Amino acid sequence: MAFDSFAAFMAMDGHGPYVWTCYAVFFLLMGAITWWSLRQRRVIIAQQRRRMDSAPVRDERSAAASFTRIESSQD
Amino acid sequence: MWQIFHKLGSPKWFFGIASALMPWLLGIGVALFMTGIVWGLVFAPQDYLQGNSYRIIFIHVPSAFLAQSVYIMMAVAALVTLVWRMKLADVFVRSAAPVGAVLTFLALFTGAVWGKPTWGTWWIWDARLTSMLILLFLYFGVMALGAAISDEKSSARAVAVLVLVGVVNIPIIKYSVEWWNTLHQPATFKLTEKPSMPAEMWVPLLLSVLGLYLIFGWLACLRMQTDILAREGRTRWVKELVQARGN
Repeated sequence: MAFDSFAAFMAMDGHGPYVWTCYAVFFLLMGAITWWSLRQRRVIIAQQRRRMDSAPVRDERSAAASFTRIESSQD
Repeated sequence: MWQIFHKLGSPKWFFGIASALMPWLLGIGVALFMTGIVWGLVFAPQDYLQGNSYRIIFIHVPSAFLAQSVYIMMAVAALVTLVWRMKLADVFVRSAAPVGAVLTFLALFTGAVWGKPTWGTWWIWDARLTSMLILLFLYFGVMALGAAISDEKSSARAVAVLVLVGVVNIPIIKYSVEWWNTLHQPATFKLTEKPSMPAEMWVPLLLSVLGLYLIFGWLACLRMQTDILAREGRTRWVKELVQARGN
């Protein structure tokens, strides 16, 4: 242990605000991009389901190889 | 040989591999990273010169390290896009760019906050800091260009060219601390020498770098899977997959 008490750990000899700001922003932003990525995935899956419900699955030939980019507002 | 190569490029094959890998990447990544930063924050000794502010290193160096290696990975993928027109490579470039931008911003931000108590200033326009700022703008450029062109093939090619042009910035970042006078300290890890820090400092640092690498791998897989689901929505396997999923 490099510190004698919890208070000393938080204060870090006066460098506490700098150290803790860095760690807070790091976890905030990494959390944000993770949340955003998970949400994008849910949105895409929900979209595909809606499309499938409205248009029944077509035959294999038309579905074989299509590289069309799907336009969507969440892209 | 070519068969393996084509299989590697198949979105369906990748989707399965990614699903199998992702729990391991996230689990081991978070475990290594948290071990690294708890060790660094609580147990590592104080720096004799910088005091406790140096503990920022345990997130600053991983962020900066990843920010650059993500760009190098994107450059390799961009080359593959241009030479072999492999769709999966373009999927990677698009999925990794926002994560790279976040990591670059974090490297700059934590560096600035570390600079204040250590150098007495938040920012100087020296070679290392400026070239990192250019890296951030390159990531933004890749994201903007990818979103601006709607045709998938021309978009992939334009993005790949931009990524490859921007790769010239990477050696500049790397050697900026050696070529020019700067406040920034030289690299902590070198392949050829022992680290100049004691083991109680560099071992947790190494753990946090490795951990963040694996966490990036998880995020990249997750985002690539999402992009594949969006692009391949008309194929049978994606339809079956979407139907099979509960959420």
